[in-house]
Amino acid sequence: MTIRVLLFAYLRERAGERELSIDVAEGVSVGDVWELLCASHDRFAEAQPRFARNQVYVDKAETLHDNDELAIIPPVSGGAGDFD
Amino acid sequence: MIYRITDEPIDSAALLGAVGSHAAGGSVLFVGTTREENDGKVVERLEYEAYHVMAVAEMQKIGDEIARRWSVVNVAMVHRVGVVPLGEASVAIAVSAAHRDAAFEACRYGIDTLKAAVPIWKKEYFEGGERWIGACDHGSQSRREGAG
Repeated sequence: MTIRVLLFAYLRERAGERELSIDVAEGVSVGDVWELLCASHDRFAEAQPRFARNQVYVDKAETLHDNDELAIIPPVSGGAGDFD
Repeated sequence: MIYRITDEPIDSAALLGAVGSHAAGGSVLFVGTTREENDGKVVERLEYEAYHVMAVAEMQKIGDEIARRWSVVNVAMVHRVGVVPLGEASVAIAVSAAHRDAAFEACRYGIDTLKAAVPIWKKEYFEGGERWIGACDHGSQSRREGAG
């Protein structure tokens, strides 16, 4: 089955791509896909991201389905610099 | 209720006006602006990136939670993306309520939760380099070729 992986911020820059389409086995989890990405991309492993499946935060154990959108969410930093 | 990501300058007065109502006894507006100094570095500019669809959905969740926890009349939040020059607003949240305690508390909850949960990232460009804020280490920091 195929899933769409979305990358943001420094993960997007390290990968050189905003979006990846990857073929994976039925029943894989979010964590499985993250391990695949870490194995194939330099310095992904240190990112400690959260994950969103079809725009909803999920944990690593979540099972993925065909055509799912998996977003890798590095630590967020919205807002502004004046009130941290 | 307004939840918006924009690449245009934020009109905070308009946002404040949008939450106004005869049912409200007051409104609170928070405006976050880009700051020149961070961590001992002189920042030249900031750039924001959003996971647009989910960012709006997460803002909506924050607004829903505010409506559950406080007696508010209206909530509006907007975050700017792309390059934001120093001193300009990157985020604004306006809350109106019948009573000021609810408006202050809800606005504070709104900005704190936005910073923690809404998928938006900030990149600082400073003299001689750049870095993503929120990265778990300083490995995301890099130096620009030919700068400095």
